[in-house]
Amino acid sequence: MLRNLFRREPTPQEREQIESAVQKTRQGALGHISDLFRQQVITEETWDELEDLLIQADVGPTTAIELVSRARKEVEKEELKTPVEAETAVRRQMVEILGRDEHEPLEEMPAGTIILMVGVNGSGKTTSIAKLASYLEQRGRSVLLAAADTFRAAAIDQLRVWGERVKAPVVAHQQEADPGAVVFDAVKAAQSRGLDLVLVDTAGRLHTKFNLMEELQKIKRVASKANPEAHIVSLLTLDATTGQNAILQAKSFLQSVEVDGIILSKLDGTAKGGVAFSVYNELGVPIWYIGTGEKVQDLAPFDHLAFVNALFE
Amino acid sequence: MFEALSDRLTDIFTGLRSKGTLTERDVDTAMREIRMSLLEADVNFKVVKEFVARVKERSIGAEVLQSLTPGQQVVKIVHEELLRILGEPARLDLQTTPAVILLAGLQGSGKTTTAAKLAHTLRKQGHHPLLVALDVYRPAAVDQIVSLGKQLTIPVYEEGTREKPVKIAANALNHARKNAHSVVIFDTAGRLHIDDAMMHELKEIDHQVHPNELLLVADAMTGQDAVQAAEAFHQAVNLTGLILTKMDGDARGGAALSIRQVTGIPIKYMGLGEKTDALEVFHPDRLAQRILGMGDVLSLIEKAQEQYTDDQAKSLEKKMRTATFDLDDFLSQMQNLRKMGPLTQIVEMIPGMRGALKQAGGMPDLNDKQVKRVEAIIQSMTKAERRNPSIIDGSRRKRIARGSGTTVQEVNQLLNQFRDMQKLMKQLMSGKMRIPKGLMGL
Repeated sequence: MLRNLFRREPTPQEREQIESAVQKTRQGALGHISDLFRQQVITEETWDELEDLLIQADVGPTTAIELVSRARKEVEKEELKTPVEAETAVRRQMVEILGRDEHEPLEEMPAGTIILMVGVNGSGKTTSIAKLASYLEQRGRSVLLAAADTFRAAAIDQLRVWGERVKAPVVAHQQEADPGAVVFDAVKAAQSRGLDLVLVDTAGRLHTKFNLMEELQKIKRVASKANPEAHIVSLLTLDATTGQNAILQAKSFLQSVEVDGIILSKLDGTAKGGVAFSVYNELGVPIWYIGTGEKVQDLAPFDHLAFVNALFE
Repeated sequence: MFEALSDRLTDIFTGLRSKGTLTERDVDTAMREIRMSLLEADVNFKVVKEFVARVKERSIGAEVLQSLTPGQQVVKIVHEELLRILGEPARLDLQTTPAVILLAGLQGSGKTTTAAKLAHTLRKQGHHPLLVALDVYRPAAVDQIVSLGKQLTIPVYEEGTREKPVKIAANALNHARKNAHSVVIFDTAGRLHIDDAMMHELKEIDHQVHPNELLLVADAMTGQDAVQAAEAFHQAVNLTGLILTKMDGDARGGAALSIRQVTGIPIKYMGLGEKTDALEVFHPDRLAQRILGMGDVLSLIEKAQEQYTDDQAKSLEKKMRTATFDLDDFLSQMQNLRKMGPLTQIVEMIPGMRGALKQAGGMPDLNDKQVKRVEAIIQSMTKAERRNPSIIDGSRRKRIARGSGTTVQEVNQLLNQFRDMQKLMKQLMSGKMRIPKGLMGL
């Protein structure tokens, strides 16, 4: 199913990777939705089971109940009788709740664009940065990595290793250095070396830590000071295994740095990342990319239509 | 966003009471609320189903319907059932020498940080720990644990990233025996429970080192999938316990309940922050409160009690009751609060406070500098002024500002804050606001 998330044709190598990821994810809860609608008639139980499946996929009770009730209303209003028609209604409502997302692709953004990668601890920021760097380079953009996680032990080394692997220069200071200073230097370095995009790896922070969220705002301010013309994009990495706390996370980061989009990481497990629905439904933040594995190529642009359609295959 | 379950249930039953009799259907309404509350806390939906069925059975059987406070009765049953599943806090089994602890879990759950915290905690208990770096896959994972070891001055055994983890593990154990370490903590690579090759590796390490404790490290923010992952790990290697990490955020930690219910393994520790000493013994009662969205009042009370002697608390309570709380008391309160840790963290433990604060646009963090400034301002006042701030007029303000090296604005700000605090106290004392028992010291 993940293959459908690619807008372009995947290469044979990508196809192979995605295929193996699919093998594992197909058993997930959302994949069972279409089974529900293969029954002869739609009963009260069908709707209850649909709600359970959505909750099981971390869609969350509020959004799950809303989705089911919207689909039911449509079925009743349009006097839809067959399960096939009902399924179409559910599908339509799911697409609607997932929202429309018409952002400019990162690879087409103007030179000088600064991408801030933010998120809670362990959500996969550094790995996502590496994947994104490789993704952008493959599409002809030059990138520079800024090691602004100066807090976690060996985070700088981790980014350096990735930098070598994806052949992207890394700007780093010492551990415990001021992350703002790192970003400033990185932006200046990218300008003088004529590199297109700066990818900033920030320290993981729990969204409830007031001071750390302030620090993030400061990093953003410094970035725009270093290059006032720069377009700044904030991307939140969200672990696909996260439950309802994802909404609180997205809300705090949204308040702090105006998150533009989400990278849903670790979608290669059995978790289905149903929070995508509730985060968009409640906060309007769309998913931009999904992470599907540990290799540097395991990143794909998110296509919400394909995502929903794939769930019904 | 999350109302405490008890408030919701009380509301429901108050609404129902007006019709006179409560029926089974009324109880169902309450059960729906419990279901929602647990699902919002990320308890697995199957676990929720069983749980609600049990609570319902007990609610109908018990004297809930006749009770004067049916809402509270149901909350009590919910709480009891939660505690029953969460179980008692369990100690680590460290009988052999060296005792072997193996940490396992998904990527990003916090294994490496937890390994360091655990080593630090055990050393405080008199152990001589050795940390072992078995994550040869994630870039710089070995560097991370080496660097944490350096910070804590706890030795780390590593062989870089070329050897197989099983072999490193065997060598580490020999090293530990030779150097008389009393406990060895193995930090393994994060792995997906459906990654057969990696799960096989974990089994091999398990066979190699025969751990006393094989602990699953799980992120408190995990959603419905927590159960699948925990079950798979348990099936592969027979877990002996759970460490729940990132509990310093606002996750309600329902995953812990699910994992406990499905695998039966006890919860051993909770991770509460990025500092290496922030590992706490598991308190079932507090976790139950949190899952119900009731805030962590007990931890707050404990923190407060660490700072106040009984006499201090009593005299303070009297001052508050008789409205003789003055600026000197205000100063000592601020200093005490400061000792309890970051103010934001404290305030977030009070139920309902987070929402109130968010509306007020967040909470400024009280730092030492600000406390010192307040101290200077108050110490520049005369005794009479401290007892009765209402006498502080314009010229006194100017004098105080000069004396404390601050500005009149800052003096004004402090006096305003104090007035607000007095107002708040009057409200508390007149019972307009509820404050948890034991919080008086604040």
